Amino acid sequence: MISRIGQYTLQLGNAPSIVGFASVVSKKESEGPLCKYFDIIGDDDHFGEETWEKAESRMQKDAVGKALSKAGLTTGDIQYIFAGDLLNQCISSAYGLRDLQIPFVGLYGACSTMAESLSMASIFTAAGACTNAVAVTSSHFCSAERQFRFPLEYGGVRTPTAQWTVTGSGSVVVGSHLNGPYVNMVTIGKIQDMGIKDLNNMGAAMAPAAADTIKCFLEDTGKKPEDFDMILTGDLGLVGSELLVKLLLKDDIDISKKHQDCGLLIYDLEKQDVHAGGSGCGCSGSVLCSYILNNMQNGAINDVLFVATGALMSTTSVQQGESIPGIAHLVYLSNQSL
Amino acid sequence: MDMFMEYLKAFLIGGALCAIGQVLIDFTKLTPARILVTFVVSGVVLTAVGLYEPLVEFAGAGATVPLTGFGYALAEGVRKAVMQYGLLGAMTGGITATSAGITAAIFFGLLIALIFKPKSKS
Amino acid sequence: MSITNQEYDSLTKQASPGTKSYKTIPMAFLIGGLICVLGQAFINLYIWLGVDQQTASTLGSMTLIFIAALLTGLNMFDNIAKVAGAGTLVPITGFSNAVVSPALEFKSEGYVLGLGAKMFVIAGPVIVYGVVASVVYGLILFLFGLV
Repeated sequence: MISRIGQYTLQLGNAPSIVGFASVVSKKESEGPLCKYFDIIGDDDHFGEETWEKAESRMQKDAVGKALSKAGLTTGDIQYIFAGDLLNQCISSAYGLRDLQIPFVGLYGACSTMAESLSMASIFTAAGACTNAVAVTSSHFCSAERQFRFPLEYGGVRTPTAQWTVTGSGSVVVGSHLNGPYVNMVTIGKIQDMGIKDLNNMGAAMAPAAADTIKCFLEDTGKKPEDFDMILTGDLGLVGSELLVKLLLKDDIDISKKHQDCGLLIYDLEKQDVHAGGSGCGCSGSVLCSYILNNMQNGAINDVLFVATGALMSTTSVQQGESIPGIAHLVYLSNQSL
Repeated sequence: MDMFMEYLKAFLIGGALCAIGQVLIDFTKLTPARILVTFVVSGVVLTAVGLYEPLVEFAGAGATVPLTGFGYALAEGVRKAVMQYGLLGAMTGGITATSAGITAAIFFGLLIALIFKPKSKS
Repeated sequence: MSITNQEYDSLTKQASPGTKSYKTIPMAFLIGGLICVLGQAFINLYIWLGVDQQTASTLGSMTLIFIAALLTGLNMFDNIAKVAGAGTLVPITGFSNAVVSPALEFKSEGYVLGLGAKMFVIAGPVIVYGVVASVVYGLILFLFGLV
């Protein structure tokens, strides 16, 4: 049973549970502080494939395979797979998952895709449309660089606000029974655009969307930031995180004590040269499917608001001088079923 | 001593031109491609108004190696060609004078691209 | 949102760290200057070998183009450029890198439509606007009888 509370939030009765999850990352991510939580770590960014695009597809396939085996399920047990990535026409998902023969729903939510796909999988499961569904996403530094920025060997200069695309993938298997963690609520975000045009400052472009979605959720549910162990945004980085806290303070919402950002968790900002932090679908995907869900499973944290953020521009729109629209979707994860 | 002065002048002028480029990167929203275009066009214009030639005589490679020097070569080539061939020279002079550099970039570019593979950054 | 785009813009500027120009500008000066010194050394070498000034200058530029192309292929140019900034971008080395790096990167899309077509995706505008500017200069010289 799904019921609507407030204007934007869905409460998922018989809350679907997360029955399996897995993360795949590359070498650079494994050199960060979350190393021990990742399931599969590639020796290099190639993952044994010829092109960066194939490498990214491979990561998605491996993430799904590992999540299924951790859940003790096979592809035949899965009724839907919700997937998306950053590449044109979402080819990482299409090519990575084509052999699985699971009914496939392709999504594009830029870096918010982990929350978007997890929302869809949970809603389908809670509605009784399926017993098991998979949500998966990925990003790859090299495939994203060549599509959105410059060739890898180009000697361009990154500005301090630029973020580093995570080479990683995260996959979650949602089931309609069993134990926690549960997906209790979902808030689908609205597109927010406050006129940021700087392609090297995505955090600033996405922060208003995160602020709006968090505010809507808190208003709908009457909850406070203190009710959660963590409010986890996707990839706002240093600049976006600061802006998010400031934006919400203007509405008298103080999340500063509870806020964490996947883009800041995944790398060691002091030692690793990533400027303002990590970004990409694989950023929130791999952090959620490792460090966060691990710690929820062992009870170290119990209530998490997972708010993945995305920037919905393309190279064309940026070259045409358009500002960057942001999106943020919220998933309320808890060890306590509603 | 003459040799030392020659290198010092090349260092100072070349360094200064690069520093101007860095100022443009740091304080304007200009992307690297736009900065390169700005430098080449500036080189043509400065040569046209007679300011760049003295700089080349003073600093040698310090003025010819930066991309403004590419603009200088284009403009000088055109000037000489117009003297020799008239109107046609306006069309042929630029590329003729810079053909070695452009061809070198294309040839070495192809060669290198055939041999090597791009690597991820760390 | 309870703030306007203008207010958000100034909030963003506050939150965004600026470039450390006290580091980047001296580094660009130093490395850019050294590349020009290297160029001068090659020119002097070629003159010593017996070619005329004009040819030596051209050969000097070509040598720098080759070195930058090779360093690009060896995955070293981008690491130098990270420190040097405009110091490697503004000299002819930057032009070479801008030609070689997309050729290398897009080889995976084929030798014609990838390597060949994408080679000038960054450096193309330099040639387009440089050549157009030189043609305009030539036309002015011709029309006003300045030569």
